[in-house]
Amino acid sequence: MPRYAYQPFPYTKSPELGRAKPGRYPVAIVGAGPVGLSAAIDLALHGIKSVVLDDNDVVSVGSRAICWAKRTLEIFDRLGVGERMVEKGVTWKVGRLFHGDWEVYSFDLLPEGGHKMPAFINLQQYHVEHYLVERCADFPDLIDLRWKNKVTQVGQQADFATATVETPDGVYSLEADYLLACDGAGSSVRGMLGLDFEGQVFEERFLITDVEMEADFPSERLFWFEPLFHPGQSALLHKQPDNIYRIDLQLGWDADPDEENKPENVIPRIKAMVGERDFEIDWVSVYTFQCRRLERFVHGRVIFAGDSAHIVSPFGARGGNSGIQDIDNLIWKLAAVLKGEGGEGLIESYNEERVHGADENILNSARSTSFMTPKSDMEKIFRDGVLDLAGDLYFARRLVNSGRLSLPCSLEGLALQTPVEDGEGIVPGEACPDAPVAHGNGGEDWLLNHLGGGFTLMSVGETQVIDGLDPAIEQIAVVRSPAPVRPNLKHLHDRTGHLTDRYGAGHVYLIRPDQHVAARFGAPDAETVTTAWKRAMSRT
Amino acid sequence: MSAKSIDLSTDNLAGRGDDFYALLMAAHDGLSFKDRAALNARLVLLLAKQVGDIDVFESAVKRAAEMLGQNT
Repeated sequence: MPRYAYQPFPYTKSPELGRAKPGRYPVAIVGAGPVGLSAAIDLALHGIKSVVLDDNDVVSVGSRAICWAKRTLEIFDRLGVGERMVEKGVTWKVGRLFHGDWEVYSFDLLPEGGHKMPAFINLQQYHVEHYLVERCADFPDLIDLRWKNKVTQVGQQADFATATVETPDGVYSLEADYLLACDGAGSSVRGMLGLDFEGQVFEERFLITDVEMEADFPSERLFWFEPLFHPGQSALLHKQPDNIYRIDLQLGWDADPDEENKPENVIPRIKAMVGERDFEIDWVSVYTFQCRRLERFVHGRVIFAGDSAHIVSPFGARGGNSGIQDIDNLIWKLAAVLKGEGGEGLIESYNEERVHGADENILNSARSTSFMTPKSDMEKIFRDGVLDLAGDLYFARRLVNSGRLSLPCSLEGLALQTPVEDGEGIVPGEACPDAPVAHGNGGEDWLLNHLGGGFTLMSVGETQVIDGLDPAIEQIAVVRSPAPVRPNLKHLHDRTGHLTDRYGAGHVYLIRPDQHVAARFGAPDAETVTTAWKRAMSRT
Repeated sequence: MSAKSIDLSTDNLAGRGDDFYALLMAAHDGLSFKDRAALNARLVLLLAKQVGDIDVFESAVKRAAEMLGQNT
């Protein structure tokens, strides 16, 4: 397989240049990385126009975010790129942990069947961005991708944001109802607004490399505590497509990033790990751990998403994944507000829900970092004790922390969700688990193909049709038989029983456009459902 | 009936192992090595009191001593 060929995207002159009046858009997106591009696609699916401004004209250099978790793949699938990513990516679900040259144990992430998307794939960020850019081209009237457009100033008015943009042909300005800052960890928009991160910077550095070689490492996550090839530190190996392996090596805080970046220092470290074989180094970066976030993600008409809002250490696959989950959470709300269908409280609920998500990610990532890099003799004694006992004791395995891999974030108890009494089934706030279904005369199909985008009311087991609901709420009945139960009602056939097991027969679910459960009922009337729906739309 | 021993087959940290571990590490923050060792001694004594069964405790002591020095 040839390695990825970087091709610059074509720059075109912006229509605003030479005009006195600034351009006006519903949404301006700063940054064409995975987060910004996903935002543009999701907005387009809601019929909303956006302009995407990026100071560069190529995809990410180096693999960067590589582990895409099941929930993120489900979001990418809703955006229309998930299947392509899974086809190209390296699917893995087994992780192995070593201490020295001793295999402590291995784990399997998704032993449960009946999900369209795998637990994880590895796919270089540049492939992800490339696919997203190609998907953007499906919406020529709704997505305006502007390469080599550098935002140099951001301003706020009462009900819109302004941006000054530098291009090879001159400077122009634009206005947007909302401006999304998706411009990464070093966000310039964050700086322009005078905002800073709060939180912890760990005194730890990692060398991160893409190594191209013919090798037979399995499609597994391999993690070493104190490997013989890299004494006293940690190491991580992931297989990526195109015979490219991602290797992360802990360096220690004393390491000099400029020195460690040099080939004469990188090559011996890789050789020690992979042995005497032909390899080529594609990309090298030295990374300092940080677990920090903005206090708020919403600042008037400027909204932060992805690394511009929060950063974590790389173990646990919580950086890129959480950025895509930010977009999944934000865009339906933004669309509802822009169309006048939802209350402005929806924007604040993005702040509430994703600050909560970021805190969960930061907590997990900070704990993994602490476990990996004990900061005292005693911490190291405890860490090694855990690893020792983990060889055959289940409780100790569960204490080993080389990254708590990204799981969907629950929004239980937050403002938009209607609380329920205890009981079986999915709790409001959780992301909907997938399940195999059949629809009409079609063959194999999946539940999540039928959820998302708008609100859905899904009855499981007993068919319940509620008259008098807002037509924006689509009603679906899930039954165990292939025959339609009512004319004019969409029905899904639970062909394996997984769906009924996961959701519980007799429940009715109100599901948000981001495939999270907003409310769960027994046998609701129209008023009960409408109250929950209005709450989820922040319409009071 | 044979003597009881520590149950090693289950994880009864109630899914909150990371919280237990974080709490334990935080308790050591800012102490000297000697004080950390002293803290651990007190902790073991308190937890032994909670276990309350000499056979269970003895099996835990044996298991803890088993692999000392092998992988460290």
